[in-house]
Amino acid sequence: MLDKVDVLIIGSGASGAAVAWSLADTKMRILCLEQGDWVKPTDYPSNGRDWEARLFSDFAINPNRRARPTDYPINDANSPIKVVNFNGVGGSTIMYTAHFPRMHPSDFKVRTLDGVADDWPLDYATLEPYFAENDRMMGVSGLAGDPAYPPHQPPMPPLPLGKSGARFGKAMNQLGWHWWPSDSTIATSDYEGRARCINLGHCTPGCAQGAKASTDITYWPHAIRAGVELRTMCRVREITVDVSGMASGVIYYDAEGKEQFQPAEVVILACNGVGTPRLMLNSVSAKFPNGIANSSGLVGKNLMFHPYAQTYGYVDEPLDGNRGPPLCLWSQEFYETDPGRDFVRGYTFQFGRGVGAIMEAIISSNAGRLPWGEDHHRVYRKLLNHRITLSAICEDLPEEHNRVTLDPDLKDSSGIPAPKLDYTISANSLKMMDHGIARAKEVLAAAGASNIAVESPVLNAGWHLLGTARMGTDPERSVVNEWGRCHDVKNLFIVDGSIWVTSGGVNPTSTIQALALYIADSIKQRLANLFD
Amino acid sequence: MQTQDLTADEARDLRALAGMIIPASAVYDVPGADDEKIFSDILRNLERDRDDIRRALSHLAAIAGCAFADLEAEHRAEVAKAFREVGGAPLAALVRVVLLCYYRDDRVMRSLGQEVRPPFPKGHVVEQGDWSLLDPVRARKPMYRTVD
Ligand SMILES: Cc1cc2nc3c(=O)[nH]c(=O)nc-3n(C[C@H](O)[C@H](O)[C@H](O)COP(=O)(O)OP(=O)(O)OC[C@H]3O[C@@H](n4cnc5c(N)ncnc54)[C@H](O)[C@@H]3O)c2cc1C
Ligand code: SF4
Repeated sequence: MLDKVDVLIIGSGASGAAVAWSLADTKMRILCLEQGDWVKPTDYPSNGRDWEARLFSDFAINPNRRARPTDYPINDANSPIKVVNFNGVGGSTIMYTAHFPRMHPSDFKVRTLDGVADDWPLDYATLEPYFAENDRMMGVSGLAGDPAYPPHQPPMPPLPLGKSGARFGKAMNQLGWHWWPSDSTIATSDYEGRARCINLGHCTPGCAQGAKASTDITYWPHAIRAGVELRTMCRVREITVDVSGMASGVIYYDAEGKEQFQPAEVVILACNGVGTPRLMLNSVSAKFPNGIANSSGLVGKNLMFHPYAQTYGYVDEPLDGNRGPPLCLWSQEFYETDPGRDFVRGYTFQFGRGVGAIMEAIISSNAGRLPWGEDHHRVYRKLLNHRITLSAICEDLPEEHNRVTLDPDLKDSSGIPAPKLDYTISANSLKMMDHGIARAKEVLAAAGASNIAVESPVLNAGWHLLGTARMGTDPERSVVNEWGRCHDVKNLFIVDGSIWVTSGGVNPTSTIQALALYIADSIKQRLANLFD
Repeated sequence: MQTQDLTADEARDLRALAGMIIPASAVYDVPGADDEKIFSDILRNLERDRDDIRRALSHLAAIAGCAFADLEAEHRAEVAKAFREVGGAPLAALVRVVLLCYYRDDRVMRSLGQEVRPPFPKGHVVEQGDWSLLDPVRARKPMYRTVD
């Protein structure tokens, strides 16, 4: 048996890294187990001529396609949206696009304001200092003064507008609609040892320059320096419990595939909205026959994604194409509920600059725009670098039938049962998506685009994994309490997107990390009586 | 030429089809996707798509009633059209591999005015743009809902 640790964190992604760093100043013995490995800057595709092609192989965003030994398969056949992630140090931040909006104050009060779903047991004001701390740690670029948000000051200036941003800005002004440079975790100046962005334009499958803030280069170096141990290539199979029903540690497979038992005083789950319920459902005992901390029956339920409705078109001059970070602007014109619409809640528009040569060819071929034969070349030259895109990131409301369960047959390379998804897009979300597509067409028309096309829902857009172990004050209606501790197991905490009550209509990582820092602080304040 | 994961007949059909999807063009001074160098790249990169591509090729041969590469040019065009119309994941995989090897060939990239290099370490220049465009938005009142 290995030596007992004080705190055992499972998962080294956005939330696991933040909680590890924050807890490090307690000087407790902290260990993080991560099933994947470190990614070296030289591994990233933008180092080579095959940079776009690798998006379809070892840097594919869909783990079923990527299928590295460190990935686990996901049965997504019964979902119109497929899960995308990364399993390694930094978790899915290795692959994220670094768009970094916060949730809005109203997002925490949806029942009070709109009579749907549930209010969160905490609010924006409580999280505000943690948002700011996380912005400093991750290194956020942006512009103060956005009227869509309570005031805040990003530490670095915004990403460049570029040709496509200017086109969008003019179009939005013509329509009189809100737009603003996005908060982004891409360094626009040299920042805390990170080099500034040089517009490689390939942020999603990892930034060779180190300008994009994945947690392997932000939180982890600080946490490790402060004494946290990060053990890679260690895949946790289950959380064990002692006779009193407290978590006693975990069973995992080490880098050699050997089974190990790691005892711990406190266990913190940070495996994301699919990995966490999977691990909880795999942790079956006499005390918890339906999975650990699952007396509510809600572990795995209420999965929320943010369906993406994407609309794009082509203009008559070359714009930025794949140069520069792909996401640089947002609009929150349609974010808050408007009683005049046929849906509640709302969405963010994120504006996309363009895509590279191969992506343009593949997308246009699939859409039937790109002919075979002699005319291929003429048509292609009108498409390449002429595309502009808007995506509506739609708030997905919680519904119990949208869920993660265990697949009866599918297993990962360690033999651990894999997750299975059952998910449908709600009627409210579908109406919201239609609204977003109609408004996007107006924006594209104002921007002078033609050849308009729609992809809705975007298939490989299950990047925001939320709600599968929700937070609340009522143990019958939630899995964790208002500071992330499981109602059923008082030394088991969850800090990833699983604990979200509702999804808001923004990319979630800023809020996931602010919550992780808040939970870490709550733990620190209660160390003397943590299990009461 | 190395065929790796395909039989010689499958490779011949794939090459004939690749040349139909993207033929050489004197107007744009580009090779076709059946060019020796590009096609070798295609064969080396079947990877995760190999099974789908073999399925697609077997379907193509079934529509052709014989080896696709053996058909007369006119008949080939008809068969390719029918093949494209049926669609499906195997066809998409086949076309994807052709495109992702074609659109990284130096000659093709030069013809498109693209630099022949990986993005890193040189990067690109993106213009800052005119931030005064934001003035009308800056002038707006706070638009988020207050909750208290
Ligand atoms: C392509 C893509 C684009 C995205 N773009 C954006 C964006 O622009 N903005 C935004 O806000 N968000 C974006 N996201 C989402 C963002 O990456 C996630 O919200 C965030 O990383 C979630 O953090 P997390 O800590 O919950 O989980 P993750 O970061 O996913 O980390 C979970 C970690 O747990 C590990 N793990 C899981 N199970 C086990 C186990 N059994 N044993 C050991 N380790 C385990 C995994 O290997 C992984 O490293 C994007 C994601 C992707 C994939
Ligand atoms: S655009 Fe900037 S952040 Fe993105 S990959 Fe390039 S250098 Fe990195």
